[in-house]
Amino acid sequence: MIFQARVRAAVLPLLLSACSYQHYQSDFGGAAVADRQFLTLFWIFIGVCAFMYALVIAFLIAGIARRSRKAEANVVETGRHHQSDPLMRSTLIGWAALIGVGLAALAIASFVADRSMAKAATNEKLAVTVTGNQWWWDIVYSSDQPSKMLHTANELHLPVGVPTRIYLNSNDVIHSFWVPSLGGKQDLIPGRNNAITVVPKTTGIFRGQCAEFCGTQHAHMALVVVVESYPDFIKWWDGQLQPAPAPATPVALAGYKYVTTGPCSACHSIGGTPASATVGPDLTHLASRKSIAAGMLPMSKGNLYGWVEDPQSLKPGSKMPTIGLEPDQLHAVVAYLETLK
Amino acid sequence: MSSRFRVSLLVLGAAALTLTACDREEHHSRAKPVGETVPAGMSPPTIFPGSSNPPALDYRAKLYDNNANAIARGQQLYTQMNCVGCHSHGGGGMGPPLMDDQWRYGGRIDQIATTITEGRPNGMPSWRGKLTEDQIWQLAAYVRSLSGLPSKDAVSSRSESMSAGTPQSLTPHPETNNSDAVPQ
Repeated sequence: MIFQARVRAAVLPLLLSACSYQHYQSDFGGAAVADRQFLTLFWIFIGVCAFMYALVIAFLIAGIARRSRKAEANVVETGRHHQSDPLMRSTLIGWAALIGVGLAALAIASFVADRSMAKAATNEKLAVTVTGNQWWWDIVYSSDQPSKMLHTANELHLPVGVPTRIYLNSNDVIHSFWVPSLGGKQDLIPGRNNAITVVPKTTGIFRGQCAEFCGTQHAHMALVVVVESYPDFIKWWDGQLQPAPAPATPVALAGYKYVTTGPCSACHSIGGTPASATVGPDLTHLASRKSIAAGMLPMSKGNLYGWVEDPQSLKPGSKMPTIGLEPDQLHAVVAYLETLK
Repeated sequence: MSSRFRVSLLVLGAAALTLTACDREEHHSRAKPVGETVPAGMSPPTIFPGSSNPPALDYRAKLYDNNANAIARGQQLYTQMNCVGCHSHGGGGMGPPLMDDQWRYGGRIDQIATTITEGRPNGMPSWRGKLTEDQIWQLAAYVRSLSGLPSKDAVSSRSESMSAGTPQSLTPHPETNNSDAVPQ
């Protein structure tokens, strides 16, 4: 009985993950990527490798069967059949040719995919810098006008159909930028400038995550990618450039005072307030995001309460310390954070 | 001495070595619950000039001193909280150097933690209410490692910065010269 319940408890989440996240994060997706060269490349590799693997296994089985027959006939193995046996000779030549053709096919396919990616990189329309941190993503949108430069975190908005160059860097250890639905994966290496070009094809919300083990909370280093129409994207950008609204209620005002003078301001910045530290994620429009703690928890009042009060029990080892806020301080801080739309 | 005896001695020696590594990197990611942190103005008095009978080390000293994780986290905080702005990477500038053997307010880890919590005259700001107690003690553990005070197995054996500097485990261990505090 208990065993059955345990099995059910173990299987149910798997089923859930198979259903609800099918489009949210799909490894074979490439759903949102414009030219599907990556997916094609993937299937060419799978095809060639699967064919060669099947062939090797078939020869192995044939070899085992043949060997046992010979053993019965008590024939001494010389290891020089290919010199005497014409069939063996032609088979070996054919085998070598097959390997050559297979490798050439893979090389040509990856060269073509690589070139088409490099071509997309030359007509970039938008430049975004994503910096990896343990365990969250810092995002900066570049613009010709300094006043249009946008600093945000953990939620990447991209306009559909626009080639976007994403520059990748890291502040601590090696991370990896991987949004399966956009195709491609690229490491974020401290002290090295990497970049990847994406051209989203369809609008939607996709999930990305760190794909290089980067410490205790690597599994909870996720990224929400929102692909939207160009006008929507510009509207979002302009909205995010606005400073945080002034607190309207007395509770929010108390929260504002605590956040901007207390421990929060030692690490976080909120546009338009004295809080301007860059150690942790920017909070200017926190409440407009879909998740908190780098894609770990959905944005909600309850999750904000839990996260602010005790981040170390939700994400142990996270760089955000448990401050130990008193209940009145906690109410005020959450009331203020909720106004940051 | 038989070879078997020698082998078992070797195995025992290796086992003993692994034991010493056990508490090198204890993680205290959970800070103390509400109500257990020291309230304002309650940092232990840490200056005891000329005293032949110094007070015992704070109980937290053994949690952070010689703890590899605390030292590594302290190193990150040291840059993040811009200690570098005044103290440079230990060599000093506007603030006093931290990698020499001089300690104006004492070089014990509880003395350094009090210095960071309360601030000191002529520029050192108070970090009370900005950093948690946990973070302050991690910083104190790192500051001690700048002058090579913790044991070598706790400090990083490679430089954490981009430039390949001398690893901290090779920092020389100077004789501490405390004009007003007790010898270490």
